[in-house]
Amino acid sequence: MKKKVIVIGGGIAGMESSAHLAALGYEVTLLEKSDKLGGHLLNWEKLFPTMRMGKDVVTFLNEGIEKGKVHVVCNANITSAIQKNNQFSVFLENNTTYLADAILVTTGYDLFDARRKEEYGYGIYNNVITSAELEGIFLNGFQIVTAEGNAPKRIGIVHCVGSRDEKTGNTYCSKVCCVTAVKQSIEIKERLPDAEVYCFYMDMRMFGMHFEALYREAQEKWGVNFIRGRLSEACENIDGSVLVKVEDTLAGKPLKMSVDLLVLMVGIEPSAGTKQVGKMLNLQFGVNRFFKTADQHTLTNVSNVKGVFFAGTCTGPKTITNTITDARAAASTIANYLSGHEIDDRIMASDIQLVALW
Amino acid sequence: MNIDGKIAIWKDYQKHIAADKYFYVRSCVRQNFFPGSETTFLRILREELGKDVYEHPCHTTCTGIGYHGDIVPLDTMMTVVARQFALMTEAGYENLVPSCITSFGIYTEVLDTWHHFPETEARVREYLKKATGREFKIPANIAHASDVVYKFRNEISAKAKYKLVNQHTGKPLKVVEHIGCHYSKMFPDKGIGGAEYPYVLIGMVNDWGGEIVDYPERRHCCGFGFRQYLVQANRGYSIACSHKKFESMQPYKPDMIITNCPGCPMFLDKWQYAIAEMEGKTYGENGQGIPVFTYEEVAGLILGYNPWDLGLQTHQVSCEPLLDKIGIPYNAAEKYDGVNGIKLGKPEKPAVLQCV
Repeated sequence: MKKKVIVIGGGIAGMESSAHLAALGYEVTLLEKSDKLGGHLLNWEKLFPTMRMGKDVVTFLNEGIEKGKVHVVCNANITSAIQKNNQFSVFLENNTTYLADAILVTTGYDLFDARRKEEYGYGIYNNVITSAELEGIFLNGFQIVTAEGNAPKRIGIVHCVGSRDEKTGNTYCSKVCCVTAVKQSIEIKERLPDAEVYCFYMDMRMFGMHFEALYREAQEKWGVNFIRGRLSEACENIDGSVLVKVEDTLAGKPLKMSVDLLVLMVGIEPSAGTKQVGKMLNLQFGVNRFFKTADQHTLTNVSNVKGVFFAGTCTGPKTITNTITDARAAASTIANYLSGHEIDDRIMASDIQLVALW
Repeated sequence: MNIDGKIAIWKDYQKHIAADKYFYVRSCVRQNFFPGSETTFLRILREELGKDVYEHPCHTTCTGIGYHGDIVPLDTMMTVVARQFALMTEAGYENLVPSCITSFGIYTEVLDTWHHFPETEARVREYLKKATGREFKIPANIAHASDVVYKFRNEISAKAKYKLVNQHTGKPLKVVEHIGCHYSKMFPDKGIGGAEYPYVLIGMVNDWGGEIVDYPERRHCCGFGFRQYLVQANRGYSIACSHKKFESMQPYKPDMIITNCPGCPMFLDKWQYAIAEMEGKTYGENGQGIPVFTYEEVAGLILGYNPWDLGLQTHQVSCEPLLDKIGIPYNAAEKYDGVNGIKLGKPEKPAVLQCV
């Protein structure tokens, strides 16, 4: 009889790991709380650094699900889960029960609620929007306009909103916002060539392949201005434009300028589903509130509960590329576990207590 | 501007304010420059609201100006604060109400420090015991005097004879509110409305009929900033701060400014004269300034108190045009009569700033 795996969360990680687990011969049930698969990717038009369409990747992931004959359950509201003799029972609100030999948690992330960064005025000043809302404008083919209905002549982009910020409780880097800002700057300039675009950043973390090239292109080809300095506050001018105050740390001077539109690059936080499922399965959380993996270097898909595994952004911010890789790694780790080759049985060379970083 | 966004934040930052039995501590700056405001606070609480407010004659400075000016060391400041708490304990009160914003900030900072570092509290208790033989209880409640007026804003409104409305147009007066920096910028959850969109004065103004003006430099310092003014060489920076605020608020044509800090009404009022002399520029109507008030003065005005009992004759910017707008009567001939009938003498009129 085929062994069974339940995957919780139908975003990128859940879809790709389900496809791989199915290809490895397991009976896979993918539980998704919303009415369709795809997660946050459905809200993204183009992807960095290639500018390929996000929907292309969704198509690729869907094909894997279809080919593997993964049993997909949408609108799945999990109410509880129990473990008995290496078997899991997962109960849904509609009184359905699913059994599994292993569970893969792929509950992903939520975007930071920009209202919590009060001094930037999101939800108060009409011309302050988030990166997700700008992406929605691109995705739906809308014009970029101010709240007053005019084409903006000057646009400010604020990096690290809800990331690397003790005040918001998120001290970690969300990894994808810097390059998203570069991507969205270029897309703004494609649509509004005469507009000035200013990015206010702490560090440009262009760690991925081709990210640096995209950053160069934004500067050299598109004339996007990058100013190293964190916004202290944003205020609304009498005409509805937004006054921003920032220290230009390279020039060593305070800077004050008005922009017609201010875009906040919101960071990544553990999702509400991550918190819910974590409590349900007694999973450990790290200091940044993402799931704590069994080892930071070697067991990044393994949880503290035998038979429960992780993939994707539920353990920390990741790009799409890294999420897909992680999903496949998780499928492989589960295959090892189900065939009796558990990787967490291996012994480390030293037994030194690791610094508890997460 | 979306008011719903602000309302959501205001809901997040509410705090408990004791309802009675207050141990009131005066402000060094206010009791010298705006004594009418503190007198009015006591009058409103005792006579209008029937509250028990106690003042201790041995209360001293909290050392806030010296502390923030790097003159008074931290341990000295904390020991002086401990002595104020001891006076309150000896008097049998638990609800501390400072008149001064900086004192409010100091008391809040000290209690927060002791909360996180109990050994520091123990050390300060020892200092106080050795120096004075006194002991103290931690206050049950600390609220700034403006918090207390905010708490009773509806009661004041119910007794009010006037509203913050232009009697000629029937429209609400446009009011700029300015919150003292030490009210909630250090500890956002200790201020009504938080640090970025404080509600304490907005609540009063809205309830009393006025309309708040939000302008780009709303959060900026009034220009006091202690060392900006107290160090003479820095005074250009002080007036530059006030100037920045006036330039920012002027396009909104505010009728008045309301404040809750000792330094802010002082600097926002007096620097209007200095800017007029230096730059020839004024910010109110007809060459006048924008009148600046404390929240007690505004409460006293709507309650129908005599403007000269409130101390409005000590303001640099004349209050009469605003009184006329609201329809508050006043006797111009008595403006410079002292409380004992002694004539105070009329100030010289400035060359540029138009004064009554």
